[in-house]
Amino acid sequence: MPEALQALNNGVPISWYLVLSALLFALGVAGFLLRRNIITVFMCIELMLNAVNLSFVAFSNQHKQVAGHIFTFFVMVVAAAEAAVGLAIILTVFKNRATLNIDEISSLKN
Amino acid sequence: MDIFFFLVFAAIALISAVNVVLQRHPIASALSLIGVMGSIAVLYLLLGAEFIAMAQIIVYAGAVMVLFIFVIMLLNAGAEERRGRSWTSQLLGIPALLAFVALIVYFVQRGFADAGNVKFGNFTGGSAQSVGYALFTAYLLPFEVTSVLILVAIVGAIVLARKEMD
Repeated sequence: MPEALQALNNGVPISWYLVLSALLFALGVAGFLLRRNIITVFMCIELMLNAVNLSFVAFSNQHKQVAGHIFTFFVMVVAAAEAAVGLAIILTVFKNRATLNIDEISSLKN
Repeated sequence: MDIFFFLVFAAIALISAVNVVLQRHPIASALSLIGVMGSIAVLYLLLGAEFIAMAQIIVYAGAVMVLFIFVIMLLNAGAEERRGRSWTSQLLGIPALLAFVALIVYFVQRGFADAGNVKFGNFTGGSAQSVGYALFTAYLLPFEVTSVLILVAIVGAIVLARKEMD
C-alpha cells in the first residue's frame, strides 16, 4: 500500500497530458466535420489549437526548456489574429448571403 | 495531489469539449469552449507555465471568446437545423474517430511511457521573466515579425468588416 501511495505522490506521467491533448484534438476534428454552423466550426479550430498548445507545454516541461512556451505564445498570437480576420470574413459572408450554414456557402464549388 | 488536480481538470476539459461539439446552439458551444480554455489554463499552471496560463486566460478566454460571443450576438445566430447525413458517414464517422484516437494513444504510450513525470514545482522556467528573456534574446526576430502579422490582421479585419461607401 505505501508503494501505491508513493506512485500517487510521484506526479502525473507526461503521456497522460499527451493523451488528453490527443482526445481534445480528436473532439475538435469531430466538431469541425459534424457542425454546420460556420461560427461553431471556427470554434472547433480554436479547440484543436488549444490541444496542440497543451502538447507543446507538456514537452517543454519534459525537456525543462522554455522553447515550448515561446511556441505556444506564437500560436496564441496567430490564433488571435486569425479570429479577428476570420470573424470579419464571417460578418461579410453573412451580410452577402444572410446565412451561416456552410452547406449553403458553396460558391467556390460550382 | 498533482494527480487529483490533473484528473479533475482533465475531466472538466473533456466534458466541456464534448459539449462544444454536441451543442447545437453556438452560444452554448462558446461558453463550453471557455470552460475548456479555463481548465487548460489550470493544467498549464500544473506544468509550471505561469506566463502561458495567464496569457491563456487573458488572450483566449478573454479576448478571443469575447470576439466570438460578440459576433454570435451581432448575427443573432440561432440553433442549427438538424439534417440527415449520408449513411456512410453515419456508419463510419465514429469508428474512424475512435481508430484515430486509438492510434495516437498507442504511439504515445509506446514512445513516451517512460518519459518522466510532471510534478508541480519541478520546472520553474515558465515565469514571465524567463519567457520574456527568451522572447527578447533568442526569439527576437520572430517576435518582431509578429507585430507585422498583427498589423496585417488589424488592417484586414477593418477592410473586410467596413461598410461599403460609394
